[in-house]
Amino acid sequence: MEKTVNQKAWFLVLPVLLLVAFSAVIPLMTVVNYSVQDTFGNNQFFWAGLEWFEEMLASERMWDALGRQLLFSLIILAIEVPLGIFVALNMPKSGFWSSLCLVLMSLPLLIPWNVVGTIWQIFGRVDIGLLGYTLDALGINYNYTQDTLAAWITIVVMDVWHWTSLVALLAFAGLKSIPDAYYQAAKIDQASRWKVFRYIELPKMAGVLMIAVLLRFMDSFMIYTEPFVVTGGGPGNATTMLSIDLVKMALGQFDLGPAAAFSLMYFLVILLVSWVFYTVMTTLEKRET
Amino acid sequence: MDWMAWTWPTAIFFMVIATLLITFTVLAIKFPETPRTGILRIETTRGDRLFITLLGSAFINLAWLGLVGVQQPLALVVCLIYAAAVFRWV
Repeated sequence: MEKTVNQKAWFLVLPVLLLVAFSAVIPLMTVVNYSVQDTFGNNQFFWAGLEWFEEMLASERMWDALGRQLLFSLIILAIEVPLGIFVALNMPKSGFWSSLCLVLMSLPLLIPWNVVGTIWQIFGRVDIGLLGYTLDALGINYNYTQDTLAAWITIVVMDVWHWTSLVALLAFAGLKSIPDAYYQAAKIDQASRWKVFRYIELPKMAGVLMIAVLLRFMDSFMIYTEPFVVTGGGPGNATTMLSIDLVKMALGQFDLGPAAAFSLMYFLVILLVSWVFYTVMTTLEKRET
Repeated sequence: MDWMAWTWPTAIFFMVIATLLITFTVLAIKFPETPRTGILRIETTRGDRLFITLLGSAFINLAWLGLVGVQQPLALVVCLIYAAAVFRWV
């Protein structure tokens, strides 16, 4: 007979469900209600059906924001994951220096998002910022408030500065869990440094790296504060990510209906990606055991 | 509840979802789930397949809306076929 799974333990999470109901489920239901209606304030709503969804699906503005968002997430993943692994591989494995590295690495993670934004906003300014002033003095034309490329480089570098340590710390934890015997065996076989990395370290880190990729993808896909503080979505719409656009639509223009439809689609994409990552992660784990 | 701006269609929508969730919970208690590996090559239980069905249906509806137009009853037919396929083969 095949083994069945006992799911009764899930009843133990009922209290959490109650909390989540108030913090997420009820607001989400409200968003669904808003998405099929139109309002001019005063809590008066008019039925609009699926009009907003249709409008949003045909709106260039949303697709552009989605494109920028995906590009941003892909760029920072392509930089942060390899860089994080590289840093973790080169960190001292134990002793005082290891602890010092860990503390220093976790510092950027402790800084609130808007402070990170403010730091880089000032850092990059041509008149008073160290980075902007230096680049300007070297004759490099750098102005993140006017130049699209400069704005993108600034927010990408800012994100790399802020979050690479998370990937590095996770990768480091993965590396620490590899027993010495593996390295000894590799040494006996005279495996090259690359082969040790490819066949021992990388497979052993796969689990935590998946978590790192998931966390970084989700977080960057929902990024709001940092680009909002640094560029405000500009120049033009160049750094208007999905959430910045959403806030502009919902609070700036008070278009609650379209914004609700927009956020539901945004939510569905995030739900899909989280599910894919989660499934891949659990499947990998099962194959290992 | 005024602030939640309820409408009948959305209320029915949530009632359907809630009914599905409750039905599957009761089913899971009465007939414990057996995980199996289907064409996606991932292990799924009945609840997983419901989740895949609901999430996929949302995307089918959106795609229908964007590509065909507002003819959701037809999209729902596609969703039902999709649901049957998911429960049979995934």
